[in-house]
Parts: sequence; structure tokens; C-alpha cells
Amino acid sequence: MKMIRTAGIISMFLIVSMSLFAGCSGDTKGSELTGEVKIDGSSTVFPITEAVTEEFLAKNRYVRIPVGVSGTGGGFKKFTANEIDINDASRTIKDKEKQLAEQNGIDYVELKIAYDGLSVVINPENNWVDSLTVEELNKIWSPDSKVKKWSDVRPEWPDEEIKFYSPGTDSGTFDYFTEAINGESGAIRADITPSEDDNVLAQGIGGDKNAIGFFGFAYYEENADKIKAVKIDNGSGPVEPTLESIKSGQYAPLSRPLFIYVNKESMVRPEVKSYLKFYLENAGVLAEEVGYVALPDDEYAKELELILEDK
Amino acid sequence: MKGTHADMENNIYTDANKSSNLKSRKLMSKIFEGFFFLAIAFGIIMLIVLLANIFKTGVGWLSLDFITNLPSRFPKRAGIYSALVGSIWVIGLTFLFSFPLGVGTAIYLEEYSDKKKWFNNLLQINIANLAGVPSIVYGILGLAVFVRLFGFERSILSGALTLALLILPVIIVSSQEALKAVPNELRHGSYALGVSKWLTITGVVLPYAMPGILTGTILAMSRAMGEAAPLIIIGAAGYIAFIPRSIMDSFTVLPIQIFNWTSRPQAEFQNVASAGIIVLIVLLLSANALAIFLRNKYEK
Amino acid sequence: MNKAKRGPDKHIMRMHFQEKLVKLILQAFSAVSILVTIGIVATLLWETLGFLREVSIFEFLFTTVWTPTLEPRHFGVIPIVVGTMMIAVLSSIVSIPVGLGSAIYLSEFAPAKVRKVVKPILEVLAGIPSIVYGFFALNFITPFLKGIFPQIEVFNALSAAIAVGIMTMPMVASLSEDAMRAVPKALREGAYALGATKLEVALNVVLPAAISNVISSFVLAVSRAIGETMIVAIAAGSSSILTFNPLNSIQTMTGYMVNISMGDIQHGSVEYKTVFAVGLLLFLMTLLMNILARHIVSKYREEY
Repeated sequence: MKMIRTAGIISMFLIVSMSLFAGCSGDTKGSELTGEVKIDGSSTVFPITEAVTEEFLAKNRYVRIPVGVSGTGGGFKKFTANEIDINDASRTIKDKEKQLAEQNGIDYVELKIAYDGLSVVINPENNWVDSLTVEELNKIWSPDSKVKKWSDVRPEWPDEEIKFYSPGTDSGTFDYFTEAINGESGAIRADITPSEDDNVLAQGIGGDKNAIGFFGFAYYEENADKIKAVKIDNGSGPVEPTLESIKSGQYAPLSRPLFIYVNKESMVRPEVKSYLKFYLENAGVLAEEVGYVALPDDEYAKELELILEDK
Repeated sequence: MKGTHADMENNIYTDANKSSNLKSRKLMSKIFEGFFFLAIAFGIIMLIVLLANIFKTGVGWLSLDFITNLPSRFPKRAGIYSALVGSIWVIGLTFLFSFPLGVGTAIYLEEYSDKKKWFNNLLQINIANLAGVPSIVYGILGLAVFVRLFGFERSILSGALTLALLILPVIIVSSQEALKAVPNELRHGSYALGVSKWLTITGVVLPYAMPGILTGTILAMSRAMGEAAPLIIIGAAGYIAFIPRSIMDSFTVLPIQIFNWTSRPQAEFQNVASAGIIVLIVLLLSANALAIFLRNKYEK
Repeated sequence: MNKAKRGPDKHIMRMHFQEKLVKLILQAFSAVSILVTIGIVATLLWETLGFLREVSIFEFLFTTVWTPTLEPRHFGVIPIVVGTMMIAVLSSIVSIPVGLGSAIYLSEFAPAKVRKVVKPILEVLAGIPSIVYGFFALNFITPFLKGIFPQIEVFNALSAAIAVGIMTMPMVASLSEDAMRAVPKALREGAYALGATKLEVALNVVLPAAISNVISSFVLAVSRAIGETMIVAIAAGSSSILTFNPLNSIQTMTGYMVNISMGDIQHGSVEYKTVFAVGLLLFLMTLLMNILARHIVSKYREEY
């Protein structure tokens, strides 16, 4: 019948177009590496992993490396269920997740790969704030804060209301900031304007003279012409967030470490081992390229030793 | 007699009043026609503004390289190839699952089921309700059933099955409406000639209803092409630098790649994202064009 | 003669078998939709039960502070339900009049050539991905509204609702138009013969005849608005403070679900389980709405 013929034509059309766009198959490519390395996890760590993967693929064309962004928690769920080889994590593994890993017989190694310097940012027209002490930050951001105007922080500051911006309350960035400044993860004043999109945060702060917010160093760097970073005084004087100050640990307490968790069983596969080796050798340079901060060289070297000796 | 005479007197459509009354009614008609036209114009203007915006920011970044390149962290090198292929694969597979299932269900509900039975009523309510379930819930379902339970992992198959379930209710509902609109005389004529039920459906009813069915399917597939949330839950990834070889491969689709680009700090990625949106819209338009072509073929 | 007697019997038997088989296959197809619902409810219910072991159902349904990811934790879902409702109502104010007006124009007033051009345009409008609408709301509608309401926030319910309305409008237009076109020509011609204007025919003859399908298109559009995820996630905000002011930042149930799913929250924790609890609530809400709508529609259906 006419309809079956049409249905047949449509199906053929679909199958043909799908196969036209199919990748070449062929698993053995002589001496070149093949196989798959499955990665997922934090959207914060993602840019680093992506950069490493891109460079790795330039030298190893036949390895297939999907990199997901399900979030640190989502990544751990997949990791502990043995669905992925590597989890990008912007925080350390939590107890419940550890338990799950044990239950499923997943043996893993935790590798630190970079630092993120959380930057507190304000509008460029804000010429009264140069630095803030950690105590002042706590006073401003704590859940029972009485601060409403700049003058509530330091009396010589303007008598104008502050507008508070923050990254999403479900993000690792938010978790880390609240824990470091307010002592408890998730504890923050109630009248914040959260945003899941850091670009929009930067835009919002850049357009509001009385705005204050915080997010990762990469977003500050990219928008340095639209926003200003506040120097943080942790007791030894105001420190500006820069590559050097974050790497040396001087920029405290807002430098946070970033990790990857690797399934030990996966490490046996040559493509995974090769990828990991490449990762640790190049994470430093590539992290800084995408707006993060490298660990000191010897830390990478130590971790490299760790995975190379691990059979 | 008296009644009719009084009626005629009271009737406003007397010759004396007719012309002025008609004029004002015609004027009302014209005024409302204007309003209704404004309604359509509003929709069209919004579309033009939307597209102009995207075009302005994206067209400069559109090139053959952009289409054939794989994604990259460098805006200038970033390309949409893997997402484009992923979208084609997923949509193709989604269609193959959802069209027969959807039209088949609609045929059952309209042509075979006894409407008075409570069970068929329940089926109907169920489908109408599923049409409104948020796409993200389908994502959660897909993750639990296809990825984990069936073990398909985060493959094109899982994604397509999830999307198929998502658009199934829409296809069913619009196909049903199309089937309802087929005049019963056509069916009865066919039965009278001794044609069996199934052959009547495929030979007479379906061809008549096909334009409506295709309209519903077009709307549904368009929706599927633009969906990001459920596939994000499934795990359609953020960085896929390879072309799928089979339906079991990991994948990404255009909306997710675009969304990924918009959340990057570098300003140029907004332009790259716009270029991606243009590609997506072109794909959409081609699918629409194909369906319109088919619809016109059937609309005698 | 024997042959002739046997021939038609076999043919009829085959036809019957074919019919039965077809009916069975189609029944199986239809059963898929039931399985889907069962799957959804099972998946959501499982985790929700876990959630309710730690949070009282009273707190969940009746308190007005929603801070599952902040300390101190509160699990009152009302703020995000209100957010969702705001989007649903405001978007309908856009989608229903504009959609219906367009449908009436296309069905009763427009020349065939205009129809042929405009209908595909509407379909394109419906197909534009929701993330595009989301950024359209953020980058175009909000600045535009800021000119009218300077106190509007960067993320607000109104921009998102307008974008959702524009996105669902073609659904209303297309389905209503199909419904109106299905009304038999004879009815119209009768009315015209009596001297009715196009407007009168449209509003007094065609619309009432098509009303049940027209209303079901409204319900579909509102359902879609309630379930819309990306537009609100991008443009409406993630502020879960209870408010009825459309110029404020809000969070919808769907926006909340997608934010948590993409975030770094530990899976299996109570905060994470809120996703399923909210999802189940959403599912039940749309179910109730659909049952109500069906009831209304069946009361007004007209058969010709």
C-alpha cells in the first residue's frame, strides 16, 4: 500500500542518513591506542578535563572519551555504580558515597589536580571597598546577618543597600564558600539572588553599583573588565586573587582543591593509564589556561608516581 | 397569525433597520478581524525578532569548519559535528519508536475500543495526563529504566527511548483528533463494500487523517529536537569528540552542546552558541519542510 | 461447487484472524502508555517515600519556607508551587488569546494562500528549542520590561512567563485551528445564507461547535507551561522565597528539579530526594488538572 511504501521510504531515508554520518569502525589501529575512557562529574572541573582530553585526543585519535557534566554528586553515583572510569569532583567523596563504593567493590584513588580561587567580586564603580577581612565577610554573609548597607560593615562606607548575588545553592562553589566563611556548608543569609549561570552573575554584578557576589576564578578572569575582585585579609594582610597567591596558598581561605577520582580496575587498561599519565603531566599548564591554578610541580610528580607504581 | 405578525414587527431585521444594523455588524467583524490578525502578527513578529537576534550574533561564526569540526575549548576551533550527528541519530530513532506506537495507540482508541468501557476511559485520561508531565520527569524515568534497569547506559538508545516516551502522548492525542475528524460515511461505505476493518483503516481512514497526524507528529518531533533537560539527566555528555558508531554509543545533541557553550566564561562562546542555534533551526526547518511535503501529498 | 463453498470461508476466517491479531497488537501498543505511567509513579514514589521518612508530609505541603540546600533546612514546598502557578497563569494570558485569535483568523478570515504560509511559520515557532526562548527572555524581554518597570529583577517570573506564552501559543493556534476547520462547511454556509457576518459565524457557530477541542488545546498549553523547564531555569531565577510579584525572582518546581539534578548535591541525600517528591507532586497536580478539564470538556462537547 501507498502508506507502507512511504513508511518504508522514510525509514530508508533515516537509516541512510544515520549511516552516512556514522563513524568509521575498526578497533585495531596498529600501535595506536584505542578503547574508551568514560568520565563524568563536576561542571567546575569539566573545563580542565576537557582541555586535557582535547590535547590527549590530538595525539591519540582512536580513543573515545565522553566527558559528562552530571555534577559531582551525579558523577559519584555513576562512579560508585561502576558506570564511569573517572569522576571529576569539586569536593571530596562523602561518607555515604564511600560506603556505596565499598559495597560495590569499587577501589579508587583520589588525585588532586588543581586549585580554584573563589573570588569575591564587586562592581568597578565601587571605589570604597578594597579589601575585606574574613570576619567582615562572615558578618556580611552569615544567615543571621544584620548587615543591610555598606555602612553597616564599616561606618565610613556609603549608606546604601547592598545587593547580594551568589552561585546556585546546589553547587560545589556555594558549598565551599559557605563552609569557609560561615563555618557551615549551606549557611547563608536569606536575601541572596542565586544564579546557576555564572556569566549572568557577572553581568548582574557588572550592572549594579551596590552589588557583591562570589564565584570561581575563571569567571572573574574572563570578566575582569566588567567586575572587580576584593582582596581578602585572612589575618596577614589583604591578598588579591592571582595565580601566584592561590598557588602559594596565600589567598586563603578561599582556595579550594579540585579532584579526580579514578577506578583502580579501570587503570589497568592501557588507554586509561596513558590518559591519566597525560592528565597529571599536563594538568598544571592546561588548568591555568582555562582559568584555574596549578598545583606545585612536585605534587603532580608525586601523584604520577602513585599511579605508575600501582599495578 | 397574530404571533407571527408581532414577531415580524419586533424583529430587528426589518427593512428599515437592516442596512444600518448590517453596517455596524460588518464593522464589528472587520474590527475583530483586525484584532485576530494582530494576534497572528504578534506571533510572526516575535519569531522574526527572535531569529534576527540569533542571526546577528551567530552568522559570523557559521562556516563549513564549524559544521565539520568537533567541539573544542577554543571558541574559534569549536565545531558542532558530533552534536549534529548525535541529534540526527537520536531523532531518527525516536521517530522509529514513537510514530508506530503513537499512531497505533490512536487507531486502537478511535477505531477499536469500546468508549463506554471504564478501561478505555482510563487509558484516555492517562494519555492526556502524560502529555503534561514535565520533560525532566521523563528524564528521571529514562535514567531509572533504560539506563539502569535495562542496562543500555547513557547511549543513543536510552536517549531515543526516553524522548519517544516524552512525545508519545502528543502524537497519540493529535492522531486521535485527526481520526475523529474522518467522516463516518467513509468508513461505512467501505464496510458496505465488504472491506475488512483493518483494510478500511489503512486504505480509507488513515489516508484521510494523515495530514492531521503528520501535523501532530511534526510538532512532537520539533519538540524532541529541542529538548535538553531529559537528555541531561540520562547523561548525554558535555564533551563528545567522536561520532557515534552504533546506537549504544555515548552522545550529545545540539541543544545540550549549545547550552554547554552558553555557560562558558569566554564571551565568544555566546556567538558560537548562536551559530549552533542557527544550525539547529535549519535542521528543524528541514524536518518541517519534509513533513509539509508529505502532508501536501496526502491532502489531495 | 465445493471449492466455491470452502473458498470464501477460508478467506473470512483469515480476515477474522487478521482482525483479531491487529486488535491485539494495537492493544499492546496502547498498554505502553499505562506502563509509562506506572514506571513514572513507581520511580517517583519510591524515592518520595524515603524522603517522607525524614520530612513530615505536613511540613512539605503546608509550610512556606523552601530551603533544602541551605542551613537551616526547611522543606515547605509552597513557594515553588506558587512560582509554577505564576508561570502557568501569566503565560496563558499570552498564549490563549493570541493563540485563539490566530486560530480564528486562519480558520475563518484568512485567504488560503495566507494560511499556507502562516501555518508552517507557527510550527517553526513551536519548534524553537526552549533554551533559545530562555535566553531570549533573559537578554531581550527582561531589558525591554526594565524600561517599563525599572524595579524589575534580573531574573523574574514575568519575562519567563511571556516567553513560555509565546512558545505555547502555536500549540493553541494549531490545534484550535484544526478543530475549527473540522466543523462542517454546511453549518457556516447556513449562517452566511441568513446574513451573518464572518465574525458572527466564527463566534456563534464555529467556535461553539469546536469548543471541546479548542478547550483541550488550552489545557495542553497550560500543562506544557507547568512542565516547562529550561526557560524558567534560565530566566525566572532560583530564588525560592515566597512571592506573588511577577517582577521578582522565583523558582518553579521544574526549575528546582533541574538545578538540583545538575548540581553537586550528593545523590541519596534528603536534599536530593526532594527532586522526586517535587516531581511526584507535579505529576499529581497535572493529573488533577487534566481530570478537571476532561470533565468540563465533556459537558460542552457538541456532536455534528
